Amino acid sequence: MKAPRFSFARFKAIIVKEFIQMRRDRLTFGMMVGIPLLQLVLFGFAINSDPKHLPTAVLVADHGPHGRTILQAIRNSSYFDFVSQVTTETQAHEALARGDVQFVVNVPENFSRELLRGDRPPILVEADATDPAATGNALGSLGTLLDGALQNDLKGPLAFLSGTNGPVELRVHAHYNPENITQYNIVPGLMGVVLTMTMILITGLAITRERERGTMENLLSMPTRPAEVLVGKIIPYILVGYIQVTLILLAAHFLFHVPMVGSVPLLLIAVFVFITANLAVGITFSSLAANQLQAMQMTFFFFLPSILLSGFMFPFRGMPHWAQAVGECLPLTHFLRIVRGILLKGNGLQEIYIQLAEIAVFAAIALAIGVKRYHQTLD
Amino acid sequence: MNTELAIDVCGMTKRFGQLTAVDHIDLQVRAGEICGFLGPNGSGKTTFIRMLCGLLRPDDGSGTCLGKDVIRDSEAIKREVGYMTQRFSFWEDLSIVENLDFIARMYDVKNRRDAVHQSLERLGLTERRKQLAGQLSGGWKQRLALAACLIHNPKLLLLDEPTAGVDPKARREFWEEIHHLAGEGLTFLIATHYMDEAERCHRLAFILRSKLLVHGTVDEVIEQARLTTWEVAGPNLLQVAEQIRGRAGVEQATAFGNLLHVSGTNAAELEQAIAPFRTEQHKWSQVEPGLEDVFIHMMERPKQEVSA
Ligand SMILES: Nc1ncnc2c1ncn2[C@@H]1O[C@H](COP(=O)(O)OP(=O)(O)OP(=O)(O)O)[C@@H](O)[C@H]1O
Ligand SMILES: [Mg+2]
Repeated sequence: MKAPRFSFARFKAIIVKEFIQMRRDRLTFGMMVGIPLLQLVLFGFAINSDPKHLPTAVLVADHGPHGRTILQAIRNSSYFDFVSQVTTETQAHEALARGDVQFVVNVPENFSRELLRGDRPPILVEADATDPAATGNALGSLGTLLDGALQNDLKGPLAFLSGTNGPVELRVHAHYNPENITQYNIVPGLMGVVLTMTMILITGLAITRERERGTMENLLSMPTRPAEVLVGKIIPYILVGYIQVTLILLAAHFLFHVPMVGSVPLLLIAVFVFITANLAVGITFSSLAANQLQAMQMTFFFFLPSILLSGFMFPFRGMPHWAQAVGECLPLTHFLRIVRGILLKGNGLQEIYIQLAEIAVFAAIALAIGVKRYHQTLD
Repeated sequence: MNTELAIDVCGMTKRFGQLTAVDHIDLQVRAGEICGFLGPNGSGKTTFIRMLCGLLRPDDGSGTCLGKDVIRDSEAIKREVGYMTQRFSFWEDLSIVENLDFIARMYDVKNRRDAVHQSLERLGLTERRKQLAGQLSGGWKQRLALAACLIHNPKLLLLDEPTAGVDPKARREFWEEIHHLAGEGLTFLIATHYMDEAERCHRLAFILRSKLLVHGTVDEVIEQARLTTWEVAGPNLLQVAEQIRGRAGVEQATAFGNLLHVSGTNAAELEQAIAPFRTEQHKWSQVEPGLEDVFIHMMERPKQEVSA
């Protein structure tokens, strides 16, 4: 049997048909244009792998002139933004744990006096090193910074103090992840990323599938309430979410030896709120999407800023303000702070409840939109 | 019981943008009655049925279904109505028994297991109950859908082309079952395009271009059309049909197997028109018009006549 000859007319017919279909599916077309634009904006403008202006607290126990010089030099470096003054070590550690600041610069008591005596007094920099990428460059710049800082102060008779090792000693305490192991940051974060992707996608598909296959008409002709359908559809996936969390936690512990300082049950409670938020997004998407493909595209459209702007792939603090503002609206951003906070910093409810509340608010809004848009009829 | 109305709606209207899919339709169906719902494609049958069971919100109209308000009590109506969709709408990735079981649960059927079991028996699908619904042949899907919408013992059945693609034997069994159930007091509204099925209905409602055209028993419907029909037997019927069409008084000439039906509303004109064709070759006889003659006649009525 001979295969029919390649026909240009048939070939053209297929092309024309594809174009017509592409034009009909406005959303898909919009996404095809929108996704590259989004990527351009995010990668081009939002992402910065050399984060600057990191929030820093200062703890000054010595008010001599040389301490001030050093602080001024640090502030001028553009890596550090002094956002608060703390007066005790405890306050400093709380600020680090909550994630309010990335660094605490500590000028110890008698700093000026010891400097003049030539004792090489320490400048203590405590860093929240959960994400080594966020702190690396800033810490790296400190050494040369300090050497240069006092050059003006130590002139003439004091010049000898500059010495060979420099006039002061830089002591860096990298908290929470002292060895700067990237996995410690990535693996817990992955939990949030995986949940975001699968939970939204799966609920989106579960509901649009009914519509696409025509079974929605059957379902709606039965005496049901929207809550029964929506919650009933969601529950199995919450279970799936917990299976994913368990797998990631086991891998984090046994494979990557990620420290688990805080309470795992607390984390599991936070996971519930986070899963709910994502399922709510899925429901909302499914009420907007006409078919499964559209639901998938919407998921992707949401997922992209989620991984790029949440602080998962790139340091949150390195982004411009507008990108941080967008990031603050995403549940993943807050969940990452929670999961890293609990596992690496040992945070308790005290430190995470604000983040948790923000996810809950997001979930409530998304759910309200989704339920409102979920029609009990076909029109 | 028979005087009670299972469906009593009036002025039902549904618009989709510019298009009025159902235009002020009034319909009464008595309890225990089988009402055939006829009309050409796109005339609004499915849309009307969807409004009755609360799947579409009417833009206008009011009335009751099983004594309950069609607008406000659609939840209560859903509980007592069985709706069979025109397109297969069961879960293709569930097996037959899983589908039936799911439906039974949704309606809170008592003795669910027995109900599902009986339903399978009646379908004759007990052996294949584990088969996925998506793998059933078209006709069997249809039969499964029927069984499923009967499982909660509804009082009113809205069936949208329930026998499309079903073989003649199964169709006959299906109609016997329907008459049996109607005898027990169930009410049926059945959309169909089959004339033999229409003839099995107690009453017919015919809609055309979104409006209800006639409503009555088969005889009444035929009567109302005031159609005269001649039956022709003999050779070359196709040629006869072509020549006779378009002559004054001949409104339609349709082949029925080896016979030709020539019909018109004006008996005298029709007789004149056919006179030249009444040759020895062909056997002409005046017959009672059938339902199909009447329907084709109605479908071909010009637009202004319908909207008048
Ligand atoms: N969801 C919808 N949106 C827009 N128009 C619709 C919609 N559903 C139906 N229509 C239109 O309403 C009209 C009536 O459609 P309907 O499905 O009720 O016809 P029908 O009598 O059931 O036809 P058939 O015999 O082919 O099943 C048609 O013109 C159809 O195109
Ligand atoms: Mg229809």
